Amino acid sequence: MTLALELNGITKRFGTLTANDDVTLTLAQGEILALLGENGAGKTTLMNILFGHYAADAGSVRVFGQEIPPAKPRAAIEAGVGMVHQHFTLAGNLTVLENVMLGSESLLWARSAKAKAREKLMQIAERFGLPVQPDAKISQLSVGERQRVEILKALYRDARVLILDEPTAVLARPEAQRLFETLRDMTKQGLSLIFISHKLHEVMAASDRVAVLRGGKMIAERKTTDTSPEELAELMVGRKVQRPVRQDQAIGAPVLIADQVRVDEKGETRLNDVSFTVNEGEILGIVGVSGNGQAALGALLSGLTIPAAGKLTLSGQDIGQFGPRDMIRAGVGRVPEDRHAEGAIGELSVWENAVLERLRTPEFSRRGFVRHAAGKAYAANLIDTFDIRGATPDTRTGLLSGGNMQKLILGRCLSIGPRFILANQPTRGLDEGAIAAVLEKLLTARAQGAAILLISEELEQAVALSDRIQAIVKGRLSKPVAAHEADAQKLGLMMAGIWQEDDHAA
Amino acid sequence: MRLERRGDVPLRIIIFAPFMAVLVALLIAAFLIAAAGVNPLTAYVELLRGALGSRLAITEMFTRATPLILTGLAAAVAFRARLWNIGGEGQFFMGALVTAWIGHSLALPGVLGIPVLMVAGMAAGAALLAGPAYLRLRFGVDEVVTTLLLNFIVILFVGLMIEGPLRDPLAFGWPSSVPVDRDFRLPDLIPGTRLHTGLLFAIAAAGAVWLIFARTVFGFETRAAGLNPTAAAFAGVSLPRTLMGVALLSGALAGLAGSVEVLGVTAGVTTTMSPGFGYAGIVVAMLAALHPAGVVASATFVATVFVGADAMSRATGVPSFIADVIVALCLLTMIVALLFATYRVRR
Amino acid sequence: MIEAIELLWNTNLWAAVLRIATPLIFGVLGALLCERAGVLNLGIEGIMTMGAMTGWLTVYLGGDLWVGLSVAALAGGLMGLLHAGLTVPLGLSQHVSGLGITLLASALSYYLYRLIVEVGDLPPTIEPFRPLDIPVLSDIPILGPILFSQTMPTYLALLSVAVIAYVLARTPLGLAIRMTGENPHAVEAQGLNPMRIRIGAVVAGSALMGVGGAFLTTAAFNSFFPEMVQGRGWICIALVVFASWRPGKALIGALLFAFFDAYQLRLQTAIDGVPYQLFLMAPYVLSIVALILVARRAEVPAALMAPYRRGER
Repeated sequence: MTLALELNGITKRFGTLTANDDVTLTLAQGEILALLGENGAGKTTLMNILFGHYAADAGSVRVFGQEIPPAKPRAAIEAGVGMVHQHFTLAGNLTVLENVMLGSESLLWARSAKAKAREKLMQIAERFGLPVQPDAKISQLSVGERQRVEILKALYRDARVLILDEPTAVLARPEAQRLFETLRDMTKQGLSLIFISHKLHEVMAASDRVAVLRGGKMIAERKTTDTSPEELAELMVGRKVQRPVRQDQAIGAPVLIADQVRVDEKGETRLNDVSFTVNEGEILGIVGVSGNGQAALGALLSGLTIPAAGKLTLSGQDIGQFGPRDMIRAGVGRVPEDRHAEGAIGELSVWENAVLERLRTPEFSRRGFVRHAAGKAYAANLIDTFDIRGATPDTRTGLLSGGNMQKLILGRCLSIGPRFILANQPTRGLDEGAIAAVLEKLLTARAQGAAILLISEELEQAVALSDRIQAIVKGRLSKPVAAHEADAQKLGLMMAGIWQEDDHAA
Repeated sequence: MRLERRGDVPLRIIIFAPFMAVLVALLIAAFLIAAAGVNPLTAYVELLRGALGSRLAITEMFTRATPLILTGLAAAVAFRARLWNIGGEGQFFMGALVTAWIGHSLALPGVLGIPVLMVAGMAAGAALLAGPAYLRLRFGVDEVVTTLLLNFIVILFVGLMIEGPLRDPLAFGWPSSVPVDRDFRLPDLIPGTRLHTGLLFAIAAAGAVWLIFARTVFGFETRAAGLNPTAAAFAGVSLPRTLMGVALLSGALAGLAGSVEVLGVTAGVTTTMSPGFGYAGIVVAMLAALHPAGVVASATFVATVFVGADAMSRATGVPSFIADVIVALCLLTMIVALLFATYRVRR
Repeated sequence: MIEAIELLWNTNLWAAVLRIATPLIFGVLGALLCERAGVLNLGIEGIMTMGAMTGWLTVYLGGDLWVGLSVAALAGGLMGLLHAGLTVPLGLSQHVSGLGITLLASALSYYLYRLIVEVGDLPPTIEPFRPLDIPVLSDIPILGPILFSQTMPTYLALLSVAVIAYVLARTPLGLAIRMTGENPHAVEAQGLNPMRIRIGAVVAGSALMGVGGAFLTTAAFNSFFPEMVQGRGWICIALVVFASWRPGKALIGALLFAFFDAYQLRLQTAIDGVPYQLFLMAPYVLSIVALILVARRAEVPAALMAPYRRGER
């Protein structure tokens, strides 16, 4: 039987970076293949080449035996390839039907055949068990529903090969389960699937075969039944995975207390009646699928929003009305979720980013003038202390790698000896080496008595690092659970919103 | 085709870019000159002669450059912060109007009066831009359209004033406002020419703007806010405050341009006293890649083109509008040049 | 005061409203088309000037009025192509490019006009479009002279509203244009080319703008003079926001604005003692007020002004 997909010798370079290095990959019909690798391993690039978003520098793509021309999504679609992107390619202001129909009719036609399209869509939705409302606006749909539309888009174009890029990144465990069941059904109906993931448990549970990419190269392929999470982890990283280990230690007095806090945004309540305490020398982990209020929590603790109700205190001081600069002065360190959008400004130099949030302090300015020399000296110090590679105080920050930029942000945060640290997805998008460095620094701060709130979408990381864990679901927090009592089942229930409605005291 | 960001852009490329841009613009304009049946080289020689060929010409050129430096600074300051101030023309006129209005009967000695009038002009320009800035902050109204529409409103208002309350009874033929008192006229820089000390104020303003952006907290924060508002806000920069601050500074600079032009050249206000200084200021700013130091150089260039074109037109018969064409082309070629300076093109 | 209200009864006023609205309708449709695809076209003021000049010049040099309009459309389309070339594949600032196009198109218009036309004391004139009385319909009392005795370009403008509305709402091309303005990556993911769609929309929109400008010289007035567009292009940009990017509302906005413009013109002669400049200011002030009123509710196309870089997330 012809292979559904054959990628041969795919090579792709971006400047000096080789994203894919002579990669060869096959997919049999009716098979589910998992493409595994760390951040930056080249998985998304490879799939983008397959789907035609990029042209490879070398190599060929064959779909059901036919070679398809490069860099043409249309060619891939016509050959039967469909892609469910990690960041959905949907237009919020338009309806489900419009998003699905786009591109299926010739642009020269004088009339859109909407009724026929609606019928076809409903048939496909029924056949694959993906219910939708064709006339709903995308912006009104939940994340899970939007993903369904993204999948239906591909099925509507008669896809026989489906690529899914990190499909469970935005789903809660029960939804993720359902998705994989749906995918399994699809293979019974004749589809062949590739999904990209970096979550080992998913890969083990849902795939027939695993292909591991590392540093742009295809390192290994295994039948899923022939391998284990440990082996896969080692293949992904290239050496035994060593993450810093949390040592139990005595917990001190409460540092940050949130009491029945409510945060509203644009008329909607994002955090509802939220209470938690973070103590000295402790890491409190907040786990949950993205979109459940983490952004509002981060904004609150960064000083970007003020609570609509409730109190927020730091060692007794009311910090509810504090802006970012006041927070920093009070001893709050902040590591934001998105280092490119929020954490640092690419066009500014390293020293400028280092001092920006403390600009209006005597250390870095005097009578309205910036103290350049002091700023540069401070940056040089950070570079040294936190091992920021590829940087001098005058280097343009955009040139630093993700890991080094995160070290800069972390260093800037830790250098003030903060009493409380907000660490919002601190290891997102980093490679294994950088992840270990960041986690180690956080554990050191904890050992020195800082109170840390860790917001994380990586369940395993949160459990390994935190002393106590609370789940955030639809803007509410569960009761805290001690880390050593948190097993997968309990956490799964918490993250699905099922917990005892006891008092919320920590 | 894909654009790939270069690493650090060496300074020589940033300086090279405007020269390339100007060259290409002159090349394209050469075709239009040829269409007029004139040898482009001859035309350009006449242009240079007209602007730089004699002492008188050079003083005329610098007289023209003075308001351009200031409106160029106004645009540079605003655009850096992504505040699209297209209202330089209106702010110019407001500054001019207020200066003539107050300066007609101000009872102060010259030495005090001149700075007071300049500050008044700056305040008028700043106040005018504060409106659209506020509308953007409070209502999210795009300032491009509001500042543009204000230009038309202001020019009508100026016409209204000089045909009414500020009418100069001594002006025959063309309506003009009452002139500023003679005590407040800026002294000539070079006697016997129109070149006045306003040029020094303009250059000083460029220095001040440079200082603000390179050394002050306000300048630092403004730069950050213009590059990445989200990250700047995260770091505690108040976006509304920096925006309003930039608006006041930019409006003040454009208002100062009008004020200086009245004090140094025209004495009164007419509706035709600006041949598009506000809009030309935008080109001046872009040619300088929004750097305050570069603004002086690019204003000199643009002034050369405008002054020279008049002489060229008389000598060769090429319509003097070619100057506007060249300046507009420079704006477009400059943004392309800047693109190639910061990005490499890749397949 | 009485005269002010009496003016409203005058059918001439309302006929003038449609006439004055015509260039605005073309302009606002053109700007709307560009923006629905995600490109802000601030070149409109210059493109309308260029349309005015080229349309007039074609007729002056012996061409037919309709050829004149076609040439104006072509000239507008070419300027649009330049703007699209700078902003779509190169991703340059739509603000700066648009302003540059306005400066360039205006300057080119004045330069070419001065080059080709001998100007004496008065600018030379051409024979413009005459109002066409549609048989039977134009005899209807009141409505007849207003709606059915207009020039051909005015009828063309009204037709354009219907055509653009239909295309955007009911054709695959219209869907593609709308999607490009909301999320170009979604367009690429469905196998279409968002860059080509954007360029096409900008060229078509700019052609419409050119025709709008040509109306000024081939129907409203019969000569070309500097500054004749008088900020109408900018007003069209404001009207697009006011119309929530919808053709039907754009027509209403243009008519509303034209009404105020026509009304203030007649009020000037009816009311003494008020400087005429105040009347002339009214349209601009009203545009700003309109912008403030709709600003909060504006449903901006999500990808408007966001440059589309292939493969970038």
